[in-house]
Amino acid sequence: MTLASRGRAVTVVALLLLVGVYVRALMFTPLERFQGAAQKIFYLHVPAAWSAMLAMGLVGLASVLYLILRDARFDRFAAASAEVGTAFCVVMLTTGPLWARPVWGTWWTWDARLTLTLFLFFLYIGYLLLRQAVTDPGVRARYSAVLGICGTVLLPFIHLSVYLFRTLHPQPIVLKPSAPSLPGVMLVTLLYSFGVFTLLYVGFVMQRYAVGEEGAHV
Amino acid sequence: MFDLLRHAWAIARKDLVIELRSRTAFVSTLVFTVLVLIVFNFGRDPTATAVLDLAPGILCVTFTFAAMLALNRAFQLELENQALEGLLLTPISRRSIYIGKLIANLAFVGLVEAVGLPLFVVFFNVPVGNVLPALAGLIALSTVGFVAVGTLFSAMVIRTRFAELMLPVLQLPFSIPPLVLAVLAVSKLFTGRPLSESMGYLKLLAAYDIVFIGLSTLLFPATVEE
Repeated sequence: MTLASRGRAVTVVALLLLVGVYVRALMFTPLERFQGAAQKIFYLHVPAAWSAMLAMGLVGLASVLYLILRDARFDRFAAASAEVGTAFCVVMLTTGPLWARPVWGTWWTWDARLTLTLFLFFLYIGYLLLRQAVTDPGVRARYSAVLGICGTVLLPFIHLSVYLFRTLHPQPIVLKPSAPSLPGVMLVTLLYSFGVFTLLYVGFVMQRYAVGEEGAHV
Repeated sequence: MFDLLRHAWAIARKDLVIELRSRTAFVSTLVFTVLVLIVFNFGRDPTATAVLDLAPGILCVTFTFAAMLALNRAFQLELENQALEGLLLTPISRRSIYIGKLIANLAFVGLVEAVGLPLFVVFFNVPVGNVLPALAGLIALSTVGFVAVGTLFSAMVIRTRFAELMLPVLQLPFSIPPLVLAVLAVSKLFTGRPLSESMGYLKLLAAYDIVFIGLSTLLFPATVEE
């Protein structure tokens, strides 16, 4: 079985499980008291954000490994991860305003986490543009590794500085020192969705990586 | 360490001498800066918005643009007659080339800012009086990290297609932390708050500078190897 077909298999399984997320979120998870049905998008928005962040973290890690080991596979992985991360970023940036409109009363606000993810998106775009603008594979790998590392280091700084600017997002509800403040049923749906989105990420990256590998052998 | 700095200084001196002899880049960057300040003045309704509300943002955004324009030039200089190859053949560490370029860029941007700041004060009638040293320090702090990462990127983009477009696209996200922090701190200065209130912003700015100077020095050799 080739990598591409294994990737397709993982993706199909993840998509089927995604149907499960919809069913569980819509039918077996209670309505949120204040936000009503609008809150259901939470089960897609937050996991998509997770996958987008995970993808960037792995781009950074693969970039470091590339510069140390000079193995082209890390570069191909970083490229695949960046493209998939961009896709998840788009999901997050479209579901976010859809949720914000009914709940916050505005499509967009310069809130800390919103701004952070917007710049995450622009980092991805810049990364992909740089990859396209360099033709030599070796140079492209080095340049994009440098940008990938700088971008990953930049994100915490953007987060800290825009946090000082102002924030409207809910405070952390799952990962915090005390117990999660999300009711158990909702937490299970969320964690299930996290798993599904991670699997989707894996499936997509496997397929994209296989495409990159074929390109390298031509 | 001593050699590193000595070599870096030689590179920086070379760049600054070239700059001093032609002055075209400096004059055009300065004119650009002044024009942006003027354009900003007309980007508001003077009867509705007090100039002091916008002044910190205008100052910081203008200097960000000026720095970016200056950075495009840093390695462009080395493209003619394959000067970069010659530079790389010299028996000095790659890191000293980077540090030299950084010093030259900082001197260039610093000079533009030093001329731009008084003009800003005059144009926008900002009460800088006794906060001038603090203001200058703040601008320096917010410029250093941004120019450090920009110097690194400018070494990469010169060998890509659409170099002039690529640099801002890659670099503007990196301007956000220094810009946000500088605007917040400058606003406090202009409204007469003591500098001690901005200590948090200053520490974060300093952390940004240290991290990105270190990271860029570390990564620069990867951008120029053949």
